[in-house]
Amino acid sequence: MSKKESENGSAESAGECTAGDTKDDKGLGLGVIFFIVAFVICFLSGTLLFPKLLYSKKEQPFNFNHELHVGEAGSCDSCHSLREDGSFSGIPTLDKCMECHTEEPLGATEDEAVFVEMYVAKEKEVPWYVYSKQPDCVFFSHAAHTQVKPGGAGMDCVTCHGPIGETTSSRPYEENRITGYSRDIWGKNIWGIKKHSWDRMKMDDCAACHKTETGHQGYCFQCHK
Amino acid sequence: MKVDRRSFLGLGLGAVAGFSVSPVLLKLTDDSSIWTQNWPWTPVPLDGEVMYESSVCSLCPGSCGISVRKIDDRPVKIEGLNEYPINDGGACLHGISGLQYLYDPSRVKTPLKKNGDKFEEISWEEAVSLVSGKLADIRNAGTPEKLACISDKHQGSVSRLFKRLLKSFGSPNFYTMPSLESYLELTAASLHGKGTTIGFDLENSDYILSFGAGIIEGWGSPVACFKANASRKERGATLCQIEPRLSNTAANADRWVPVKPGTEADLALGMCAVILKNNLFNAAAVAGFKGGFNKLTALLQTDYSLSKISEITGIKEADIEDIATQFAKAKMPVAVFGKGRGDSSQSLKELVAVQTLNCLVGNINKEGGAFVQPVKEYLEFPEETMDDIADKGFAQPKLSPYVHDLFDKVNASSQPVVEALFVYQSNPCYSLHDTKAVKQAFGKIPFVVSFSSFLDETAKEADIILPVHTFIERLEDIPSGAGLSKMVVGLSKPVVKPVFNTKHPGDIVFLIAKAIDGSVAQSFEWETFDECLEMAAGNIWGDLSENGYVILSEGVPKAPHEIDVTFLSKAPDSVQPNGDGDLLLIPIDNMRLPSAAQAASPFAVKTISDEELKGKETVVEINPQTAKGLKNYDRVTLTTPLGTAKVMIHLSEGIMPGLVGMAKGLGHSFDNKYVSNKGVNINELIGPVIESGSGLDAAFGIKTKISKA
Repeated sequence: MSKKESENGSAESAGECTAGDTKDDKGLGLGVIFFIVAFVICFLSGTLLFPKLLYSKKEQPFNFNHELHVGEAGSCDSCHSLREDGSFSGIPTLDKCMECHTEEPLGATEDEAVFVEMYVAKEKEVPWYVYSKQPDCVFFSHAAHTQVKPGGAGMDCVTCHGPIGETTSSRPYEENRITGYSRDIWGKNIWGIKKHSWDRMKMDDCAACHKTETGHQGYCFQCHK
Repeated sequence: MKVDRRSFLGLGLGAVAGFSVSPVLLKLTDDSSIWTQNWPWTPVPLDGEVMYESSVCSLCPGSCGISVRKIDDRPVKIEGLNEYPINDGGACLHGISGLQYLYDPSRVKTPLKKNGDKFEEISWEEAVSLVSGKLADIRNAGTPEKLACISDKHQGSVSRLFKRLLKSFGSPNFYTMPSLESYLELTAASLHGKGTTIGFDLENSDYILSFGAGIIEGWGSPVACFKANASRKERGATLCQIEPRLSNTAANADRWVPVKPGTEADLALGMCAVILKNNLFNAAAVAGFKGGFNKLTALLQTDYSLSKISEITGIKEADIEDIATQFAKAKMPVAVFGKGRGDSSQSLKELVAVQTLNCLVGNINKEGGAFVQPVKEYLEFPEETMDDIADKGFAQPKLSPYVHDLFDKVNASSQPVVEALFVYQSNPCYSLHDTKAVKQAFGKIPFVVSFSSFLDETAKEADIILPVHTFIERLEDIPSGAGLSKMVVGLSKPVVKPVFNTKHPGDIVFLIAKAIDGSVAQSFEWETFDECLEMAAGNIWGDLSENGYVILSEGVPKAPHEIDVTFLSKAPDSVQPNGDGDLLLIPIDNMRLPSAAQAASPFAVKTISDEELKGKETVVEINPQTAKGLKNYDRVTLTTPLGTAKVMIHLSEGIMPGLVGMAKGLGHSFDNKYVSNKGVNINELIGPVIESGSGLDAAFGIKTKISKA
């Protein structure tokens, strides 16, 4: 019998194990501890460290005070206007800036001095990083969303872009190292959780709003032309 | 507590579970999908404000209106301009790929001076100083007539400024490259008097009798011809195409009549004989014939019997009679001349004979016929200031009537008959017959100045290259011609800032003239070309600058015309091909391959069929009867008196037996890897044949032999 036991030792020991061996329980306990430790480390890394690795922070060429400019110019579309053909001009060109600015600084800020010296004097466009730039495979019409006339949604800029007009400084641009696009598209929250309509600009956000406002989330080719 | 494999399993599972419930996987999946849909290495056109600027294309004599689409001042596309009187929105493949010339790898980026076999970059000041210094030496030596200039045309302000420079310098030696417009003017001069030209009302004619004119292969103003051809079926008009090969035009025609190459003049005269014999002519029109008509009638009766013409041309007697009858009985017939694109060598006998058909049926200055009218001159320049040297030099006889003769003269003389040569908007070292002889002549001319945008075959032979803006970088008046029924002058505008350190050709002429000083400088009082054009265009400048074009004449001309057939009545000889081979090599004009000053764009080269260019090898077309056991894409050696070429064979029932058809416009040798070193330049294999009576190079082919390579 003892010979037979020794021949089938492994199977029997397994049976004994399921019956409850204190020595083996300790092993399982250590495994559980390892599991928990690894889980916590990886979960925290994935949540806290991963975004820091995924995005590289880039400073804008110089600080831009939106609040000041809105106060001086009036509204968003004073600078970010629709062209005659309905396309959106986006970030103003140097020519647009020079409609108000001159070759001499208008104010006394250091940022304007940089603007005048580095860009106005050299007739060079300011290489702004665009927080809201969507991938090239997406077509988006600002006119259809912002205009009030029949067919237009009459939306406020803030709905998608947030209260950027109230900011006094430019926050760093966070570039996704894989896609090359801004962090603002996915949203600051790495889980993709949003509190405001402007916190994220993913396709699902477009679809959700379209569903609410028009009753249909829209077709692929409407944006992916 | 013992660390065993279960502990590690727990560690691994914990890590997997930890990452799985963290946002990592979700985020990486999303990012990788965005990355794969927007490969970072794929160029993406920059976004910006869209603008359209209208201009005129001058890549060929078609003179089409174009609309250049720009994004933030960067041109991105050329389209046909709607409602432009010539092309009304249409565009050809060369026009739409015109932007490729802007960034062409062979562009000359700054003035160059030849140093040994290489070019070295120099400043504009040095370049102008070198040119004006050399010209001053020639003038001081009392031989200003030894300055010659070759341009693509004689119309238009830039060519006029070159001509003006030569005249005020003291030289009559201004030459133009052969073009359809030059042949139209020569034909008109022979039949209707000097200073006139001919247009064909193809869009209204009900019977088009084309003597090899490639109506959909780049002849005349290509887009206008495409449109006229496209409307042919709707109008119920007939196209009868007479040529040795089933070209695209022939395939598109209602009737294709293969004719032995070089016998088209005899065929046209044979048809004239049929029309006269069968009383199919327009009596009123014939009554207006001024000179040589009786002599010509007698000649036609004796030498142009149907049986004889049938034997010469290889066309059945009944067919000749039938076509002549259909042509004469049509309500609005028109006979069209100018083989292929109409800009290569032509026989004046053939051109005049075909136009005589138009005269006989009385369709001159009738709707759907041939329009004969004076060349409209819209530019007015003040008289040149001429000093004694200029007067004396300009009074000297021109070295030769045509450009090919000029190079013969240069080669034949032991002393330099030309001391300095300007070459503008033309590439004679590529596009004239016997390019080897032309290059030899260039070698014998002590000082050659090229005004080219590209380091082409001719620019490579120059001592100085003064690079000019391309057609979309400069202001220029573009007169139409090219056999159109209407005369239009368009305004080509600078739609983009010059990409390289180039200048406007007119401004370069001013710089040179001012540097020569004296009466030459006094003849050029303008500071800029823009100012000069505004002054010279005078009355029409307002409309031209505002609308982009001015119609100089439209509709049936009311101008009286004369008809004088003295040239034909003298029974000029027919041209015979050189060589002693058993086959005849003939050039094939193709819409996809320009063969004059401008080489094809990379895009256009990509559209060439494998039946004309396979890889880097020219493919020649021969009839299976001629092939003698050769198969498609067999390699053979072509031998003509001028040289040999290795080519491939394409068997086609669409070419007459005994002929070898080779595409023109291949075999460039300048530094553009997309265009050059592809195929053979047929002009290296064909030599000029001078037509007696006209002095034109009328070579339509050359005898050749084929041997298996």
